[in-house]
Amino acid sequence: MTARRIIPCLDVKDGRVVKGVRFEGHVDMGDAAELAARYRDQGADELVFYDITASPEGRTLDYGWVKNIARLLDIPFSVAGGIRSVEQAGRCLDHGADKVSVNSPALERPELISELADRFGAQCVVVGVDSKRAGDDWFVHQYTGDPTASRGAGRRTLDWIIEAQELGAGEIVLNCMDEDGVRRGYDIAQLTAARARLTIPLVASGGAGEAAHFRDAFQQAGVSGALAASVFHTGSLAIPDLKAFLIQSGVEVRP
Amino acid sequence: MTSVTVLTYGAGNVASVQFALERLGATVRLTADPAEVADSERLILPGVGAAGYAMARLSDLGLIEPIRAFPRPLLGVCLGQQLLFGTSEEGEGVAMLGLLPGTVRALTPAADRPVPHMGWSQLSLVQPDPLLDGLDDGAWAYFVHGYVCPDGDATLARADYGVPVPAVVRSANRWGCQFHPERSAAAGARILRNFLELDA
Repeated sequence: MTARRIIPCLDVKDGRVVKGVRFEGHVDMGDAAELAARYRDQGADELVFYDITASPEGRTLDYGWVKNIARLLDIPFSVAGGIRSVEQAGRCLDHGADKVSVNSPALERPELISELADRFGAQCVVVGVDSKRAGDDWFVHQYTGDPTASRGAGRRTLDWIIEAQELGAGEIVLNCMDEDGVRRGYDIAQLTAARARLTIPLVASGGAGEAAHFRDAFQQAGVSGALAASVFHTGSLAIPDLKAFLIQSGVEVRP
Repeated sequence: MTSVTVLTYGAGNVASVQFALERLGATVRLTADPAEVADSERLILPGVGAAGYAMARLSDLGLIEPIRAFPRPLLGVCLGQQLLFGTSEEGEGVAMLGLLPGTVRALTPAADRPVPHMGWSQLSLVQPDPLLDGLDDGAWAYFVHGYVCPDGDATLARADYGVPVPAVVRSANRWGCQFHPERSAAAGARILRNFLELDA
């Protein structure tokens, strides 16, 4: 089998890890490289780095910083933040990232997903989706790194993830914004609906507050990985304890 | 100090492989020059993405013969392992290096398993080999692939993804890892160290 992945997510702003509640009010959580090394040593299965201000500011991320992270890590990591072209994605991969994650730029120009998949292979291409409930359905949001720029993208979430998969995405990270940073648990209903429609791996994001939330995402929604930020950054849940709990609960993880 | 060449041909995760080798104290040469490749102490063929693109790049750079003729330890990583085989059914079918027999096929596991196979899987050791020295049966390795190599006599270690996944293969002086040793924590580092210690 393949172990379910525990994925700390580092939202980075000027080399510092920050975390907001429901995407607003960012609080400094420490140096990005220091946190990355700590999570590596604790048994994180993968890391995600989001340069959260890149997309709203219309720029891409800092390649030197990607390289520093790549030198440190012996586990996979993906990077995200304003990647708009094959050339920019190629530079991230050349500097040692394993995957690139695209979000707002893929909504602006969906062909970006196929261009990346054709050039680098689907396995390198993660599509991040920020999703919010409206009535009985879920809708995609974009430019969510900046509260003043954040807005609806005019697409149904469940349509967009299928389109992204057909265009060549290798993995979807579904960030359920209603739950982000509030630690009440992952949005199981939304993740289950997404899982049922996808053939590629799905990663849950948004809402993790305790170990049982991870277990539920794996066992009830069937996701391949679960991403979380503040619950790890604040030290309220340590990865070794989380993994011990999951093993005890019958979830296969890498010890 | 052990010296190793990592092929840079525009279809590889070169930096992460380079950094992993440097963490082990190796001197790493990045090159696509056929003469430098031929004269390397040991050679790593990385690779991500499509087999057709990778083979076209190797052909354009005049690297196919130097790789085929390379007489010292050679390690193909991920797509680099797949390229060692005869053909791939990717796209319309791609002729590859032909150092190992058989066809690389699309991964088609049970319906409840996503494709690509992305994540940490355990290795079951099939045959002892210097590349696997010190590795425990059940060691975890990080895989990312949507195609799978033929399982046969060359298989040294296997992973299970509903279908058998040849995870480490060998034919004479050529080895392959389907997973990413540079991203497989302690087990991956051990394999790379073993590769650096093979007689060259």
